[in-house]
Amino acid sequence: MSVLDIQRVSKRFGSLIAVQDVSLNVQKGELRAIIGPNGAGKTTFFNLISGFFAPTAGTIAFDGRDITSMPASQRVTLGMARTFQITEIFPELSVFENVRIGAEVAAGFRLRPWISRAEKTEVDRRVTDTLKLTGLESKADRRVGELAHGDQRAAEIAMALALQPHLLLLDEPTAGMGDEETYAITQLVRRLHRDSNFTIVLIEHDMRVVFHLADRITVLDQGKLLAEGTPAEIAANDAVQAAYLGKAA
Amino acid sequence: MSEPVKTSLSLKHLRALGSQYRGIALVAIWAVLLLAPYWMPPLGGYTALGTRVLVLGLAAMSVNFLLGFTGVLSFGHAAYFGLGAYGAGFALKFLAPSTPLSILCGMLLGGVIGAVLGALIVRRRGVYFAMVTIAFGQVFYYIAFQWSSVTGGDDGLRGFSRQPLDFGLFTIDILSNSNAFYYFVLFCFAIAVGVMGFILRSPLGRTMIAIRENERRARFLGIPVERHIWIAFTLSCFFIGFAGALYALVNNFADPRGLHYSQSGDFVMMAVMGGMRTFWGPLLGAAVFVVLQDYLSSVTINWMSFVGLLFVLVVLFFPRGLLGFIGTKREQ
Repeated sequence: MSVLDIQRVSKRFGSLIAVQDVSLNVQKGELRAIIGPNGAGKTTFFNLISGFFAPTAGTIAFDGRDITSMPASQRVTLGMARTFQITEIFPELSVFENVRIGAEVAAGFRLRPWISRAEKTEVDRRVTDTLKLTGLESKADRRVGELAHGDQRAAEIAMALALQPHLLLLDEPTAGMGDEETYAITQLVRRLHRDSNFTIVLIEHDMRVVFHLADRITVLDQGKLLAEGTPAEIAANDAVQAAYLGKAA
Repeated sequence: MSEPVKTSLSLKHLRALGSQYRGIALVAIWAVLLLAPYWMPPLGGYTALGTRVLVLGLAAMSVNFLLGFTGVLSFGHAAYFGLGAYGAGFALKFLAPSTPLSILCGMLLGGVIGAVLGALIVRRRGVYFAMVTIAFGQVFYYIAFQWSSVTGGDDGLRGFSRQPLDFGLFTIDILSNSNAFYYFVLFCFAIAVGVMGFILRSPLGRTMIAIRENERRARFLGIPVERHIWIAFTLSCFFIGFAGALYALVNNFADPRGLHYSQSGDFVMMAVMGGMRTFWGPLLGAAVFVVLQDYLSSVTINWMSFVGLLFVLVVLFFPRGLLGFIGTKREQ
């Protein structure tokens, strides 16, 4: 069953066509990587999926439902969560408080001016579970703004996980990280995929990470779909090689 | 990615200490407020001054509900404050001689009009938001100013006074007994502030803080940001309408200048001076403002320039406000 089914979407900004006729189908439980040289339109494509803006043409279906022109916050309610290339967190709040907001939205409490003791206990338990899953338990009471970069990225993933999504969109989860931090985040994404069965789409620059994690890879170049296949197929693809090395294909 | 456990333990310890301090501070605040009629006169004050502090403090806290906790600056909240005052005045003058009814009418007038206009305002951000709030606010100022036959125009709405509280078995005279009136206002203040604090500690309140912290993140956590800002705006208009109704009862008079944007500016100044990231800061800001105004206006007609000077000094040297400053000191 496909979680995400994108048919020939395009996005035009004035005379610039950032994304052109790209289709993508992601199956339940799949980990899909989107790669491509700088300016290939990866983040724009992500923004179309998550509802940051609407496509100029094409359709997007999520869990079999057309969401092409649905506002972002509503897509989240349907089970789509994302992180950003530049970490987006609530810096003045603690790790626990950051994750709790997602957990409370997922529980349908966002408009509630009160919650019962039992509901609070349930929310706290979910937050604690999420923190355990992401290895942030010991830092629950720390202010997110004062954590190391790698922990902030993990916290952002934890916030997304607290929404209990059917689809997790990760925009360059290892951006700006050293080797050790990259390894830790890669292990986290791997656990989420293998052990917790999350369906994940991620954009990534680090090819070690991509080839280590992905079930399938989609390659974008200059806004267009260049190739799609298993890691082995992509590694052997001449057009992909050319795009990355800057040669004419 | 792992750090010594000790750090987080000692931090936890500090937090526990902090919450203990907060408990003590809370008791102290309520003790000061409850005993005000007893300690103010010996210090050269008078009870009515305390009443004014409570009412303007509640108004500043309502503005700060938006500014400090949702991260949205309204420069037109005096409109809903003034509407609350006129609503209470109209109710007493034309509807029925009942103090509770007048407060209810004032709060509803401010809150309902705030809810309607808020729907038009919440799509704007930053400076544009502030400008639109000023524009809508000024509309009501000019209506009150020009429509003399109903509002009394420049002279304000007169010819009403707060009524004794009738409990059937007994009545409380809040008209001539200034201490009784102070405690009545303190009771109203406590209810409003209690509700405000309760909301801020709820899931709804936490979505507001999330929007203040990072609007984009909030949106992508499934919070429809505009709708939640509208809710916060509306609630804050109900609170300030409530304060405005009390203000009409304090003065037995509703003043068109209470709707003017300079009044909105005063509220923002109280909030910022007291500390807009703190819950109680705006009350402290209002106390400083009201006391200075009372003292200085008897010395010079240019009292506002001294308040302005103090405001500049606070912003320069205590950017987190008077209470925010104490808070950071303690954390360090």
